[in-house]
Amino acid sequence: MRGPDVLAKAHPVKERPFQNSKTRKRIVEFLIEKAIQGVAYISLIFICLIFVFVFREAYPIFTQKAQAVQTEVTGAAESYGDETGLTPSNDAVELVQNEHDFSPTDLAGKTWQPVSLDPKYGLIPLLLGSLKVTLIALLLAGPIGIFAALYTSSFAPRWAREGMKPIIEILAGIPSVVIGFFALVILATGLQNLFGFEFRLNAFVGGVAMALAVIPIIYTVSEDALAAVPKVMTEASLALGASRWETALFVVLPAATPGIFAAVILGFGRAFGETMIVLMATGNAALITASISDPVRTLSATIGAEMAEVVFGDLHYRVLFFIGALLFLISFGLNAIAEFFVRNRLMKKFKGI
Amino acid sequence: MLSKRIKGRLFVGFTAFCAFIGVAAVAWILGTIIWGGASHITWQFLSAAPTEGMTEGGIFPAIFGTFMLVIIMSIVGVPVGTITAIYLSEYTNRQSKLAQVIRFAVNTLAGIPAIVFGLFGLGFFIQFTGGHLDRLFYSGELHWSQPNILWASLTLALLTLPVVIVSVEEAIKTVPRELREASLALGATRWETIWNVVLPGSFSGILTGAILAVSRGAGEVAPILFTGAAYFLPHLPTQFSDQFMELGYHVFIMTTQSTDVEKTIGIQYATTLVLLALTFTLNFSAIALRARLRKRTAA
Repeated sequence: MRGPDVLAKAHPVKERPFQNSKTRKRIVEFLIEKAIQGVAYISLIFICLIFVFVFREAYPIFTQKAQAVQTEVTGAAESYGDETGLTPSNDAVELVQNEHDFSPTDLAGKTWQPVSLDPKYGLIPLLLGSLKVTLIALLLAGPIGIFAALYTSSFAPRWAREGMKPIIEILAGIPSVVIGFFALVILATGLQNLFGFEFRLNAFVGGVAMALAVIPIIYTVSEDALAAVPKVMTEASLALGASRWETALFVVLPAATPGIFAAVILGFGRAFGETMIVLMATGNAALITASISDPVRTLSATIGAEMAEVVFGDLHYRVLFFIGALLFLISFGLNAIAEFFVRNRLMKKFKGI
Repeated sequence: MLSKRIKGRLFVGFTAFCAFIGVAAVAWILGTIIWGGASHITWQFLSAAPTEGMTEGGIFPAIFGTFMLVIIMSIVGVPVGTITAIYLSEYTNRQSKLAQVIRFAVNTLAGIPAIVFGLFGLGFFIQFTGGHLDRLFYSGELHWSQPNILWASLTLALLTLPVVIVSVEEAIKTVPRELREASLALGATRWETIWNVVLPGSFSGILTGAILAVSRGAGEVAPILFTGAAYFLPHLPTQFSDQFMELGYHVFIMTTQSTDVEKTIGIQYATTLVLLALTFTLNFSAIALRARLRKRTAA
């Protein structure tokens, strides 16, 4: 029996009073496992809590309990939009006791004017604002991200392929407040000079800045999808006499469609919920216009701009939480869709080969 | 009609141009911010407090606040994330329903917009938890039911939890199966194996996760807008119940709400540069660590 001796020398076991008691060891082991399991539940619990608390604060708007709204206005609350001069005016109203009936259908109204004698909580302009900025961002970032990914996966020389990844990681690592600052200080002036916009801060500036934040997501997810296309497909296409670019465009790109679709969906979710960039770069006026050169106010920016100024528990506060709940549900839904496309469709498609 | 060859050249050129736009954007952003901020950065700027109604002076309180914020955040978030990752990879298998549910929760957590975390911090930490603490221990006096550095840190810890979990899990996977089996075969229990074999083997991965989380947390402004960040404070935060100044928030208010935006443009650039330098230093060390880890796995 030399084996155990050698092992005992290599790993001397400390003498402990209960060393022989296997039961003790087992109990400790059991407790540790339960403790680890308990901690692992935390993220699960907090997901539920986020859901519960964001909705809990929003819920009373549906039960008519939120009446008699006391509005406190501090004049300075709305300074973001001043540059455009288009923000609904709301100065010099101080402590207005406002008896005003609110019904949930008011949320579908066309005016967002939460701080006034007759507050209006129509979310339509905000929703359209979010969609406008998001679509501009996707129209720019989508093609750039997807084709850049196609370049690195199909055409690029080795040095370009290896250099691209860290650069995109750098772009992804730039905090959104920095992109917002860049948009506000550099991009806004540049684009105004270039296109002669009437307002310095507008939906287009916000969209371009947002595209910078979305490109890394679309690029990375598309790259993964393109790289996952089986080599045999590429080789078969090349063997049949197609050139490299034809193979890339007509074989690899279509094969990776589900993944690229997921990339766009994820980009949409990121752009829709992003706050700091739009808060700083879009002008924040709740207008309904088709023009991309008008200022817009998005759902997320509204929360960011107004939450610090509201009275806890009043109607305005609850409507802002309702917007938060909307953002939560939308991002949740988009992630689920993206997940579905990456997991199921992509796998099924390649399993058939 | 263009020949096929030329069409091909054009297409490849177009994709290369798209890739170039991404690179150019990075160069442009970094270039302008370094160009605009570098001349303004002095020891005085980094070590002094803002003066003259925030139109002059330095940003030391914001740097200090950012560090305190991410330190408290990591003390809470890193252990929780690490333990969750251990549970997912060591105690459950892929098919386990529970693991799938937790994984789903983590993925969802990663996709929620930052501003919603801010709302949650306000609703749960400040109003609910803080409100109850005040009613119980301070007879309703406002103490914990106000924005402060603790609530902001906890909100950020929650936001960065998925970052930690994902990179720790990745690191744990690099520990070879044989090592675990050898340890178990020698009579070590599951926990002893994790503690003596798995954790030491994935230490650099845990560090990477922590660094990435800190970098993410230092750059997020939306969650702290109304959970603790302050416009200006005459003194540094010394207690959990104090508010704090923060770099990203400082950039935000200086650009949008400053009394004299033109005059403070130098401060804005320099503050942005400090924030960028901080997040990049963190990101690069994480990338370097991860590269080392991958090399080891490949070997």
